Amino acid sequence: MLDKEGIAKRIAKEVKDGYYVNLGIGIPTLVANFVRDDISVEFQSENGVLGMGPFPFEGEEDADIINAGKQTITTLPGASFFDSATSFGMIRGQHVDLTILGAMEVAENGDIANWKIPGKMVKGMGGAMDLVASAENIIVAMMHVNKAGESKLLKRCTLPLTGVGCVKKVVTELAVLEIVPEGFKLLERAPGVTVEEIQKATEGNLIIEGDIPEMAI
Amino acid sequence: MINKKVQNVEEALQGVEDGMTIMLGGFGLCGIPENSINELVKKGITNLTCISNNAGVDDFGLGLLLQKKQIKKMISSYVGENAEFERQMLSGELEVELTPQGTLAEKCRAAQAGIPAFYTPAGYGTEVAEGKESREWNGKMHILEEAYKADFAIVKAWKGDEAGNLIFKGTARNFNSCMAGAATITVAEVEELVPAGELDPNEIHIPGIFVKRIFKGEQYEKRIEQRTVRKK
Repeated sequence: MLDKEGIAKRIAKEVKDGYYVNLGIGIPTLVANFVRDDISVEFQSENGVLGMGPFPFEGEEDADIINAGKQTITTLPGASFFDSATSFGMIRGQHVDLTILGAMEVAENGDIANWKIPGKMVKGMGGAMDLVASAENIIVAMMHVNKAGESKLLKRCTLPLTGVGCVKKVVTELAVLEIVPEGFKLLERAPGVTVEEIQKATEGNLIIEGDIPEMAI
Repeated sequence: MINKKVQNVEEALQGVEDGMTIMLGGFGLCGIPENSINELVKKGITNLTCISNNAGVDDFGLGLLLQKKQIKKMISSYVGENAEFERQMLSGELEVELTPQGTLAEKCRAAQAGIPAFYTPAGYGTEVAEGKESREWNGKMHILEEAYKADFAIVKAWKGDEAGNLIFKGTARNFNSCMAGAATITVAEVEELVPAGELDPNEIHIPGIFVKRIFKGEQYEKRIEQRTVRKK
């Protein structure tokens, strides 16, 4: 079974040379730490920066330079700043190659819910609805089951949707799954996890074809 | 040169009245018009509809207006940083219109550019699309979103000149740039206000035509929400 860093490490392997990548808050943010350093990648943050770098050194933080998680950041050579409309122009116009975000629920038809629990938690969708509606390549990073032990990979989402039919791939602490017309196709198992354990944790239709390899991290 | 300079925040916010719709720039606490928000609190203007990506934190930014219950309705994309906001919203005291961030930005830009409405795929098939016209474009479903109509847009820039030209710094540009000129009256507060001619016209982010009044903010706290650093 993977921890959050493990999930981020596995997703980092999906990041290819020449990609512009938008990272959501939470596990997706960690992905930046594990991208191979022999490829050229630029990270976009929807609040208006492309070419995001690591956190600043102590004492060098600048209130005017933050990421979408409101964390102080730095920029790398080649970086640029822009306004919010331009930022979402990059996203809506499909100039961003890969979007990695978290979710509360994903359904076997590619629907995603991650912004609201009616009556309990309403933080808002932020940029998530724009991202999932526009991006061609969306990977969800999340835990396979919730704190109550219930599957988050469902036949249909129960929470208010963020987007419909948009998720292409899901990486959890247990598995890598691809969304195909018939449901969740199991691609890889996390180290030490059996296909049966993944089956048990997946409410949506799980497609198992042949031997499922253990993921290499 | 048409001079947009006013002496202070009081003069800049003349004409703001109860019940108005006001756009406020900023993302989180980054690039918010601190001086104008403090003045709105001081003036005790109530029943406001505020269009702002976020709602501040409990004791800073728009959170100050929420504390005093001066806001009737909030139009935002993300409000997770403010406990008082969540309380007022869940109890029904505060009306809230949650809008996808890119749609919010574009509704400002459309208002700025005189475009009454536009299609976007964001929110199709979700609560956001309820009651809105939808239509297929290039094989994909989109929803029709309308430009905002606001009485005041209050933005914050790094540098400005007396002609109302603005230059932003870092990610503090965010919604400030989209809101300038998107309301009946645009007020810009700046950290540094210089005479016309001192800013290089090549470097201007927002031309002065979009700004009605400009003033130098008295002081900026520039609070950091998440101070993340690494060791040297």
